[in-house]
Amino acid sequence: MLSLSPRGTASGFWRYAAPVLALALTALTTGALFAAMGRPALLTVTTFLITPLLATGGLEALLVKAAPLVMMGVGLSIAYRANVWNIGAEGQYIFGALAAGGLALALPAAPGWVIVPLLIAAGLVGGAGYALIVAWLRTRFNANEILTSLMLAYVAQYLLVYLVTGPWRDPEGFGFPQTALFSDAAGGPRLIEGSNLHLGLIFAPLIALAAWVMLGRSVLGFQFRVMGQAPRAARFAGFDENRLIWLAMAISGGLAGLAGMFEVTGNQGQLTINLGPGYGFTAIIVGFLGRLHPLGVIPAGLLLALTYLGGDAAQMNLGLSSAITGIFQGILLFCLLGSDVLISHRLQWKRRP
Amino acid sequence: MPPLVELAGITKRFPGCLANDNVSLTIAPRQIHALLGENGAGKSTLVKIISGVLHQDAGQIIWCGTEVTIRDPAHARSLGIGMVFQHFSLFEALTVAENIALGLGTARERVGLRDRIIAVSLSYGLPVDPDRVVHDLSVGERQRIEIVRCLLRNPKLLIMDEPTSVLTPQEAKTLFATLRRLASEGCSILYISHKLDEVRALCDVATIMRQGRVVAHCVPREKTTRELASLMIGRDFLPPASRQASVTGAPRLVVDHLSLAATNPFGTALREVSFSVAGGEILGIAGIAGNGQGELMDALSGEILAPAADTIQLDAIPVGKTGPHGRRRLGGCFVPEERNGHGAVAGMSLAENFFLSGQLRGVLARFGLIRRARTTDFADRVISRFDVRTSGTMAEAKSLSGGNLQKFLVGREMLLDPAVLVVSQPTWGVDASAARAIHQAILALAATGAAIVVISQDLDEIILLADRIAVIAAGRLSDPVPVAEATREQIGLLMGGVASHA
Repeated sequence: MLSLSPRGTASGFWRYAAPVLALALTALTTGALFAAMGRPALLTVTTFLITPLLATGGLEALLVKAAPLVMMGVGLSIAYRANVWNIGAEGQYIFGALAAGGLALALPAAPGWVIVPLLIAAGLVGGAGYALIVAWLRTRFNANEILTSLMLAYVAQYLLVYLVTGPWRDPEGFGFPQTALFSDAAGGPRLIEGSNLHLGLIFAPLIALAAWVMLGRSVLGFQFRVMGQAPRAARFAGFDENRLIWLAMAISGGLAGLAGMFEVTGNQGQLTINLGPGYGFTAIIVGFLGRLHPLGVIPAGLLLALTYLGGDAAQMNLGLSSAITGIFQGILLFCLLGSDVLISHRLQWKRRP
Repeated sequence: MPPLVELAGITKRFPGCLANDNVSLTIAPRQIHALLGENGAGKSTLVKIISGVLHQDAGQIIWCGTEVTIRDPAHARSLGIGMVFQHFSLFEALTVAENIALGLGTARERVGLRDRIIAVSLSYGLPVDPDRVVHDLSVGERQRIEIVRCLLRNPKLLIMDEPTSVLTPQEAKTLFATLRRLASEGCSILYISHKLDEVRALCDVATIMRQGRVVAHCVPREKTTRELASLMIGRDFLPPASRQASVTGAPRLVVDHLSLAATNPFGTALREVSFSVAGGEILGIAGIAGNGQGELMDALSGEILAPAADTIQLDAIPVGKTGPHGRRRLGGCFVPEERNGHGAVAGMSLAENFFLSGQLRGVLARFGLIRRARTTDFADRVISRFDVRTSGTMAEAKSLSGGNLQKFLVGREMLLDPAVLVVSQPTWGVDASAARAIHQAILALAATGAAIVVISQDLDEIILLADRIAVIAAGRLSDPVPVAEATREQIGLLMGGVASHA
């Protein structure tokens, strides 16, 4: 009988090497999967992970996809460190996008220096406000935030569909489920003229940096970490548990909303029924792959962004199904969590007594 | 007479520690055999191996002359090994008979169970009523159920793990009589304890363990308590210096008719608890575990708020409705019973753990940021002043042994210059030298004029430290009396819940 027994002390080296190991294992597993489907295994893996970077505009596409993942991954890392399991970043992302999109549609003539700060605020408030419903349910009724945040993500999804197919639909859009295009000013400045590189690309690393300082150096970050690791010790120290839950939800929700805002205004330029390939859920993988460390989230976000591009490339060049991205991300998370278990536990073969 | 059981060279290794190192001992029939050692000496591991819960890495168990491999607890029971654990496994909502029936394997064994329970309990002087619901029974009665449960299987060896740690002195006496009778009727007893007087009074022979090894086999009656203590601890056992009362002036901590409903179904409600402690005074609160100590500690530290502000006063300021933060501001410092996860965060460094409760009084934060140099400096001072054995302030709390972490946690609060210090189980699970250091620190703090409350299950500790003693039982606190005037008998009666107002 196989059994797991705790190692006592976990290796510090392997804690950080685990993501690399998980990636290698994922490459092996998906390679085997491709081979089983009659495709050359090695070629497929390189198509997935390397080709997209070499393509024209590949790096640009990568950064644009990584920005929302990093922002949300940072927010989720903070919440998860505090033992607040916000699974519904996707919903908060949509709400940030809705708040910003609505504002952009309402103020089509506002100049950039007016509209951009307003949009940023709207994204933050929209995401945080939506997340605070979860915080309220948790602190008032002790409702499990994993369930409520996840369910609210679907509510947000349907609200988005309702708005873009109903009241907010572009009257001149030939019946497509989409709003009118936002003004150019609402898209914010470009980092490189003519590119898709929006302001969010600067915000994402700065947010990660600020979160790193906040978690490691500030009293608030300390309180989050204590509450996550030892809730009784947090009570002993006199930290207000409810306040910390509200703050953790507000921060993770606000950052998700900000990501949604940058995505629709900076990248898509209008609201459609599809605000992205499920960034809010992928951000959960980003958080764990980045070891719930704000700086670790940056490479993790880049890697997961690459899997999106790789999935597209695999579809186009090799005729693989679009499900391939989800499969790759799923195997990656599986390998990572598996490595984590084996880092803290030893696998033993025991004979049945 | 051939031995009942012989352990030869038992070795058991856990990740990062050698719990049993080549342990050998022999138990004769009808013998009461003590297994004596400090916490962490490896007693429990050895017992778990004998009772089939764990398997040894090396060594043999010879049972009645033949070598056996004890596969699991059921196998151990079928051999005739019965075990009474320190923590009982009883269902509170079921009757005594139902609980015992659950522990028996087959339906056949349950035939006529009620009568057999009565027969066994009468013949060994273990009064239990099979029809009572466990919920209503005292700890002593519950222990009797566990013993009866074992005896129903006619064991040849009965293992008792720290049985008196939950009993009043009176209950302990009754238990000893039962154990002697059992032994005289042919059941050997392996008696695990770290209480020296008990072992001397009860046991025929003793095996003394230290750090996983057997350090001595002896006849405890032929040794003095002091000799046993030095064998167990490994160096001379020095009682700490006795103290002179230094009580000065006005009460610094006043608790006035504090009543608090239990926060969970297994908790204890506090009822009309009143006491006051003056500067320089140490009040000891004795009692058997689970009689409201945890709730009292939470109420004093502010983790649970009192119904009215003036039921708790710090230096005459009502703080009943003030949280831990506000109480620390006024000079309250607290050391909870549980170290990892309550008094400290296991995965955080000692410096961060200093910050945990020291933020306010140590002025360790500025502009919402942690002043790391200052925090580290404070943690360093605790480490050097209280001789905490560790690699430094960056060491994680969980890397410290129980005693060292306790020294750090007591030291942390001491360094914060408390006006009132409340310590729960200051030396629980701590080795003798660390215990001595902690006791001396508490006495020294009292001498500076702080008011101190020591909540402890260890009566010796309270007698050693306290000026006055009160007993908590079922959430009620007896009137504090000067330690010098209290007798052990009287305190034992109070622990058992007998009213204090004679």
